[in-house]
Amino acid sequence: MARPGLPTATTAPATGAGGISPAAWITALVLLFMPALASDFFLVQVFGWTLILGTIALSLQFLAGYGGMVSLVQMTVAGFAGYMVAILGTSGLGQISLGWPFWLAVPVAILLAVVFGTLSGALAVRTAGIYTIMITLAIAAAFFYFTRQNETVFGGFLGFNGVRAPVFWGIDWRSPVPFYYLCLGWAAIAFGLVTWVIRAPFGLALQGIRDNPRRMAALGFDVTAHRIAAYAFAAFLAAPAGILLTWLNGQIAPGTVGIGPVIDILVIAVVGGLGRPIGPFIGALLYVLLRLFALDLLVALGLSGQRFQLLIGIGFLLTVLFSPDGILGLWERAQQRWAGPSGGGGR
Amino acid sequence: MAETGGQVWGGSGEPTRGPLGWIERRPLAALLIALAVALLLWLVLADWPEELERWLGRKRVFVSALLNGITLGGLYFLVATGFTLIFGLMRNVNLAHGSLYLFGGYLAYTTVQATGLWLLSYLVAFVLVAIVGLLLQVLVFRHMEGQELRQTLVTIGLSIVFADLMLWVWGGDFYQIPTPEWLAGPIDTPIVLDVRSNGEVVYLRYPRVRLVIFLASVVIGVLLWLAINKTKVGMLIRAGVDDREMLAASGVPIQLLFALVFAFGAGLAGMAGVVGGTFQSLSPGEDTRFLLASLVVVIVGGLGSIPGAALGALLIGLAEQFGSVYLPTYAIVFSFLIMVLVLAFRPQGLLSVR
Repeated sequence: MARPGLPTATTAPATGAGGISPAAWITALVLLFMPALASDFFLVQVFGWTLILGTIALSLQFLAGYGGMVSLVQMTVAGFAGYMVAILGTSGLGQISLGWPFWLAVPVAILLAVVFGTLSGALAVRTAGIYTIMITLAIAAAFFYFTRQNETVFGGFLGFNGVRAPVFWGIDWRSPVPFYYLCLGWAAIAFGLVTWVIRAPFGLALQGIRDNPRRMAALGFDVTAHRIAAYAFAAFLAAPAGILLTWLNGQIAPGTVGIGPVIDILVIAVVGGLGRPIGPFIGALLYVLLRLFALDLLVALGLSGQRFQLLIGIGFLLTVLFSPDGILGLWERAQQRWAGPSGGGGR
Repeated sequence: MAETGGQVWGGSGEPTRGPLGWIERRPLAALLIALAVALLLWLVLADWPEELERWLGRKRVFVSALLNGITLGGLYFLVATGFTLIFGLMRNVNLAHGSLYLFGGYLAYTTVQATGLWLLSYLVAFVLVAIVGLLLQVLVFRHMEGQELRQTLVTIGLSIVFADLMLWVWGGDFYQIPTPEWLAGPIDTPIVLDVRSNGEVVYLRYPRVRLVIFLASVVIGVLLWLAINKTKVGMLIRAGVDDREMLAASGVPIQLLFALVFAFGAGLAGMAGVVGGTFQSLSPGEDTRFLLASLVVVIVGGLGSIPGAALGALLIGLAEQFGSVYLPTYAIVFSFLIMVLVLAFRPQGLLSVR
């Protein structure tokens, strides 16, 4: 009864007896040796960006799929972390940035973003159900308008530019290959954390709360505390990704945390599939490829290249209308149909 | 945790005993409200002493912010009413509501450009946007009844598509619907701003169109109250809000009722677009601005409650205007703070009877 209309995520992965499926091994190997295969452009602009957006969308998938709370505040949390790195560390806006070294600025930024995400969550869980989406959207929008209005701390309309990844251990982390591994590293950690947490007692309790909060409360679980903790965990996943996004773009501005990007993260997670943690990454890859190559596609369809949002909107609508469990769901259904009852597993 | 909820008007949850009953039950709150109103009246009517001017700036600024806030509240009320009405009856959080607002505004702009008739543009915007709402309800939402989250996701998708379609047709320019001549120019209000040393009295001059539009939104609010409380359809709506299944079981054509209410709510949003386009401006991005305003207004007032929407709209309008006058870089924080406080102490909203 918690989330009518959308499939609930399950903990059981579609694996054989060996634990991790061959497809997962191959994907991991390809991702690990990607720099040998792909050009710098693909490495950073396609895969780096995909991994970053995928991680932010993963934090939404965790809240929505396992906690039953569709939070639109995840992009805002990520952007908040990006803003904090710009404000605490170095940027082109010398009069605002404090110039802290990165080893201090980055952890403090993540910590502040987690605090921000937790407080947003504490507000959002004051009411349940469909309110969550409204309250988190209101928080996201308020943060966007605030950063745009506020010159003294958030740099107003233009935001901060010249925010770059640091150089340490003799490695220039802003060059393509190290930056790719940075993104891959955090995405892998986040993915691992989610798969671990959903099988841990906390994750199981959270899924119980998603399915029947009253019963869980009667069993002695603190429903509100679990929900807020889920927001904190999700913020912890999204915050480093936000910092990476800021480094990727070299800047952070209100446009990064605007309503468009906030909704895009939801689109990515839903289109990819809220059912399992891999879904958001599939959605992110599709989104990034569309974003970069939509021009050709749109021209092929006889439309102007500016109609990108239309494409995204229609794609999202079609997904919600016809395959609420996203591409992942489509894939699993197709797999089941081809391989018969023994092939699919999963759900 | 069933989201039973919205009381469209007054309420059957507890016995309604009118304002007098409320004062009896909450004497302290009533006293505080009365004091606040008295203070506000004094601030508006009195000749300000120097001390006060040092604190709050010129009286002209204060009174203008007050009037701007109230008239902006009127506009927010028009937008949020449709939103809250649709939610109250159908449990559909329509996140495309801002798009309907902007669409109404653009339609009215085009109508005024073509015909020059400002009043006609209201009709055009109301009818066409109502038709869009009707189609949405009949073609889309009817097929996913009871699936709240999926409906909401669909409205998000629709708002993306609508925003881009409107950008396609009307471009990224700013439009303002020209005020008709009979409403243009300022009007002398009986509010005394200052008495000059030679005994000449300075009155506040205020744009006529804003006052007229505010009065119109009050009239719409009152008519809505009458419609919901005194007509048969209104009775059905109230019954539907309280218990939809029971109403459907008693043979009322509930799908027709849903379609009508959705169309009416959408039409109101479209009409609000004309109002917004006349005393503010229309451009891409206004849809999200007014969606956010409706969200905050109904969260503050209580989702599903029309008096709540009125109170919320007034509070948010005032907060926004006073904020932008006295603390420009933090203006947005005020309306947000109101929302946070309400969520912290009365999460169901100020006037929600639950």
